[in-house]
Amino acid sequence: MGQATQAPGSRTDPGVAGPGPAAGPASRVTLALRWLRLVAGVVPFGIYVTLGLLLPMIAVAVGAFQNNDGGFTFSNVSAATHGIYLKGFWQSIILSLLTSVIPGILGLLIAYAIFTAKRGKVLRQVAITAAGVFANFGGVPLAFLFIATLGSSGLVSQWLTSLGFNPYDHGFTLYSLTGVVVVYLYFQIPLMVLVILPALEGLRPAWREAAENLGARTWEYWRYVGGPVLLPSFLGCVLLLFGSALSAYATTEALTNGTIPLTAIQIGSFLNGNVIAGQENIGKALGLGMVVIIAIAMIVYVVMQRRAARWLR
Amino acid sequence: MTTNTTRDAATTAAGTGPVRAGGGTSVLLRDLTRAFGVTRALDGLSIEMAPGELVALLGPSGCGKTTALRIVAGFEIADTGSVLVDGKDISSVPAARRDMGMVFQSYSLFPNMSAQDNVAFGLRMRKIGTGGRRKRAGDLLDMVGLGPQAGQYPHQLSGGQQQRVALARALAIEPRVLLLDEPLSALDAKVRLQLREQIRTLQQRLGTTTLFVTHDQEEALSIADRVGVMSNGKLEQLAAPDELYTSPASAFVAEFVGVMNRVPGELRGGGMVTALGSTMPVRGHIPDETPVDVLVRPEDLTMQVVEHGNGIVTTRTFLGSVTRVGVQLDGDVAVQVDRPSAESAALAPGASVSVSLPGQPVLVATRRVS
Repeated sequence: MGQATQAPGSRTDPGVAGPGPAAGPASRVTLALRWLRLVAGVVPFGIYVTLGLLLPMIAVAVGAFQNNDGGFTFSNVSAATHGIYLKGFWQSIILSLLTSVIPGILGLLIAYAIFTAKRGKVLRQVAITAAGVFANFGGVPLAFLFIATLGSSGLVSQWLTSLGFNPYDHGFTLYSLTGVVVVYLYFQIPLMVLVILPALEGLRPAWREAAENLGARTWEYWRYVGGPVLLPSFLGCVLLLFGSALSAYATTEALTNGTIPLTAIQIGSFLNGNVIAGQENIGKALGLGMVVIIAIAMIVYVVMQRRAARWLR
Repeated sequence: MTTNTTRDAATTAAGTGPVRAGGGTSVLLRDLTRAFGVTRALDGLSIEMAPGELVALLGPSGCGKTTALRIVAGFEIADTGSVLVDGKDISSVPAARRDMGMVFQSYSLFPNMSAQDNVAFGLRMRKIGTGGRRKRAGDLLDMVGLGPQAGQYPHQLSGGQQQRVALARALAIEPRVLLLDEPLSALDAKVRLQLREQIRTLQQRLGTTTLFVTHDQEEALSIADRVGVMSNGKLEQLAAPDELYTSPASAFVAEFVGVMNRVPGELRGGGMVTALGSTMPVRGHIPDETPVDVLVRPEDLTMQVVEHGNGIVTTRTFLGSVTRVGVQLDGDVAVQVDRPSAESAALAPGASVSVSLPGQPVLVATRRVS
């Protein structure tokens, strides 16, 4: 027993990890091969992240500080943080906050209703399928759907008008920030339902019964047990919705034709070549701004998540 | 429950003497029935529990024991019948207001709370102040031997520790009735034995009327004042463990509790039965149908080593003070016979033996068709 039967690779295996004389070139090769075998599985994902996220991000960050001649400049960042572009950032943040927090709460309530419904299996399957369809229905078709229903001449608007309530006479317009929020709710709520349902299913019925047995009413269970247990997952889901709303482009572009200053649309116009000579790199500065916004959101999330889930550590 | 009663309990829980002198609550389950679709989980179950008594409900899966417990807890509603605690019908009282402590089969500690906060949860719901809660929880954790783990979260505790915290949590509210739903089934054998003894010690010390559900007969027989054996939603027998073993009321109880041999027999008139060459009176129910088997425990069979006997020894298992001998009888009948280990040396496999029945009354059951 002991050394004679020790598994290779264990901490005291001198042929593998030890720094002593046994650690010759052959064992180093073995070690390297073993390490390669371990990381081989994540290499495709690493390549994907590098090509699809890291390199573009670096290119955007570098480009944001370059003038047309390749020289260093702050002018792009300065332009991106003033005037219409600054307003774009604020509008994007407000839109993303509204369309992550509101669907976050509504989606949680809907998911809870599905979760607790009697005959839940069939309902759950139908709801998940429907949510999957709605959550992925976006872009120009979604914009058209809303124009045809809630546009100034849309079916629903006309029907409401025939009932004596024309929403357009009461300050509503589909082609405003409020309208965009309504459209975003269409896919953000189902998305929330999809991502929060597994977390709800993680709540064990025994916790509920134990709390009840100890004298807790429903709201006390949610305040002291269900809510805190669910909070880390809820925060993660809301962050996902925030990112989704911040980067959404096609629906708003199709709906408003760029009349609402949103950063994603402004970047789109740069990509389309609608730029003033000499300001090509402002688009990259706007992209950098979005990276910063997401980074801040993630930092806020991490701080809140660490506090909410300290019992998991 | 008032703040004062809880505080009083807090001062005594950590002590060594009985907490409730002559305390305890009587519980009566009266003619409970409960059906799930076409399945009758409970079929007229009635049990009376004396104050401070520990009654174990024992039976195979699906016999209705957990349903009965959940009806007492208030998590299920009986179709008919009632639950009386200290003579008052609590059938319409919600679970949160029944003052019953429950330990669940699955670990049910709140994962977001430390062991101490878990134990203090019921006190928090009763608006006990922070100081009182902390002291009471600390006392109870000390009582179950987990004082040093008070600040740990459930995922940092072993299964046995979690169930001990769950027990302390259930006891913290000074429950009128303690309900234990197979609390040991998820634990390994050694921890199960330790916790079983701890539960019994605490229950006797606190004098809390306790309903314990299990499918493990050894657990039930060793821990309970009385054991109720259930089958198909009905109570087959409710008796002290020794009575249950020595005088089972039915063939089901006889075979469910302990080891039981079936020996082919023939009914005679006048309530007599003949088996293995002996004729003896039948105890209890006499089946209408024949043929029948005589039910007899391994220690009740007598056996002698003889040439050309009615059986051949096939196996021999040393069990400590006794040795269990497997014997193949004539007519392809296998029985087990317990003999003192000191007298079992000659009972090697292949030995010819004569197995006979005692003359005392025996249970009989309709023979199984194999």
